[in-house]
Amino acid sequence: MAEEFLRIEKLVKSFGGNPVVKGVDLGFNKGEFVTLLGPSGCGKTTILRMIAGFERPDSGRIVVEGSDISGLAPNRRKIGMVFQAYALFPNMNVADNIGFGLKIAGMPKPERDDRVEEMLKLIGLSGYGKRYPFELSGGQQQRVALARALAPSPRMLLLDEPLSALDAKIRVSLREQIREIQRELGITTVFVTHDQEEALSISDRIVVLNAGNVEQFGKPFDIYNRPATKFVATFVGTLNTLNATVTDAASRTVRLGDATFAIPALPASASNGDAVALTMRPEAVSLANGVARDIVLEGKVAEVAFLGSVIRLKVDLGGNTISLDTFNDQRTPPPAHGTPVRLGIASSDVLVLGD
Amino acid sequence: MKSGRLWSWIIFGLGAGYFLLPLLATFEFSLRIRREGYTFDAYTSVFSDGRFQASFSYSLIIGICAIIVGLLIVVPAAYYVRLRAPHLRPIIEFITLLPLIIPAIILVFGYIRMYNTSSPLPLLGTNVGTDILLTLAYVALALPYMYRAVDTGLRTIDVQTLTEAANILGANQATIIVQVIFPNIIVAVLSGAFLTLAIVIGEFTIASLLNRQVFGVYMQNVGANRAFEPAALAVISFVITWGAMGMIQLLARFAPKTARRD
Ligand SMILES: Nc1ncnc2c1ncn2[C@@H]1O[C@H](COP(=O)(O)OP(=O)(O)O)[C@@H](O)[C@H]1O
Ligand SMILES: [Mg+2]
Repeated sequence: MAEEFLRIEKLVKSFGGNPVVKGVDLGFNKGEFVTLLGPSGCGKTTILRMIAGFERPDSGRIVVEGSDISGLAPNRRKIGMVFQAYALFPNMNVADNIGFGLKIAGMPKPERDDRVEEMLKLIGLSGYGKRYPFELSGGQQQRVALARALAPSPRMLLLDEPLSALDAKIRVSLREQIREIQRELGITTVFVTHDQEEALSISDRIVVLNAGNVEQFGKPFDIYNRPATKFVATFVGTLNTLNATVTDAASRTVRLGDATFAIPALPASASNGDAVALTMRPEAVSLANGVARDIVLEGKVAEVAFLGSVIRLKVDLGGNTISLDTFNDQRTPPPAHGTPVRLGIASSDVLVLGD
Repeated sequence: MKSGRLWSWIIFGLGAGYFLLPLLATFEFSLRIRREGYTFDAYTSVFSDGRFQASFSYSLIIGICAIIVGLLIVVPAAYYVRLRAPHLRPIIEFITLLPLIIPAIILVFGYIRMYNTSSPLPLLGTNVGTDILLTLAYVALALPYMYRAVDTGLRTIDVQTLTEAANILGANQATIIVQVIFPNIIVAVLSGAFLTLAIVIGEFTIASLLNRQVFGVYMQNVGANRAFEPAALAVISFVITWGAMGMIQLLARFAPKTARRD
């Protein structure tokens, strides 16, 4: 395996005796876009601020390209950072904001001007150099903040919920733009968000955090399809949970309502008669009309939500409710409320999650 | 609510009269130096007096020094308290209020005791030493106003995030204060500066006991010996003070807009 660009080793941090980061170990590759994902208060910002040098770890190390940077002041770390609150310097125009780091580094004015121009082009704001931050929209300000962070060619880019103050539309287009720029520059990036959709859509890899611990570290595809823990499964995406009963532990057979079927795995401790929670993604469930699946369940449509390209149905299974997604088909309207339906599930898509 | 409006105006009129009538009377009196009618001769006499020019420029210089020293102390202190030690704020605020609680006369007697010619630090033994002491005394007098002005300025910006943003871009603490924090609180700083100037121009007690010929001492001298010139001086010093206050208002009008207001 290649040498990791950024290593976080046994990182621990508490505030006033209250542990916030509880021994985090992570390794990021050069040029990788990694997202720290987790609910509010799980310690994402604290980890990022320790990488930046704004917080001192209680113990543990942060190693960049083989050297420990834990003792370095933030201004010696050569890291770029984008803050949630934009944090542009209000007294400086856009060009001076972007050129600030270069000026500090002692770059002569002509070179600096060229670099600022280049950065303005990169973020699609050529001609905005003379404007002041208050004259820009939130999205534009955040792009300037990105350019300012990237102008001195830092070895790493940190972004702390950079999109959360923006409107939904701009949020999506700006995140795509950030990803595009990141790819173009090949800069190792750590992005923080509590928005699972955002994380899934832009990351090479995702770190799912819960209460100061890493729950799972992996590619979006694996995080979503093979969640390691119940927390990950419920936090990332929508998950159906159905209460079933073990009928034969040896053959992994369970009963759900009137249906009895085998599933891929059961917890080792399960014995006959135990309650067991079966989980599956909404898209693993299909309307069984014509689709052959090994598990077939019957129920009544309880809710229909038309989401555009996808229709999300909630089906009452008598005791359990299950959500399923079907693609919108212009020729077939979705079943109406109260319609009896048959659902098909591939048993291989059923997960029994431990904690 | 007609009568309510009327009463407001009556009370406003009474208040305005209370302040303006003595001023107008003083001004009118200052013009009556000649029997034959109103003239500005009293003003001419004041402006052409060498001691007026000397004392006024001396006060101005001490005032500017006090502003510079005050800012060098107050800006980093207020910044540091906001950024790293918010729990110290009540203590710092109390300390900055002390000059309002302790009369100037006590302050100056303390100085005389501490810094007389037979003390370990005989500042009062030399002219420069006394000037330094006077400047520092004015820094102390202006502290409550200066600190509050700067602190209010700091409240309008996100000190922590701006500091961190500059810091991660490579700036050190001094650069951050000078290039990022200071320019964003310049209006607040200038209003503190003009308040300091207004205080220094009118100050009498400390300067007189330290035997310095400041503007206030000169006014008192003239007042004891002449009739019309003191009235002219009062009007002049009033115009200067209010000029400084007006500048504060004007600056606030031209404050750089720091945020999108929406
Ligand atoms: N400077 C601080 N002092 C005290 N508690 C803090 C400080 N910074 C963060 N915390 C606490 O640490 C926890 C994690 O915070 P944070 O890392 O900001 O979470 P996240 O970014 O995941 O929402 C929160 O409970 C927060 O209140
Ligand atoms: Mg956070």
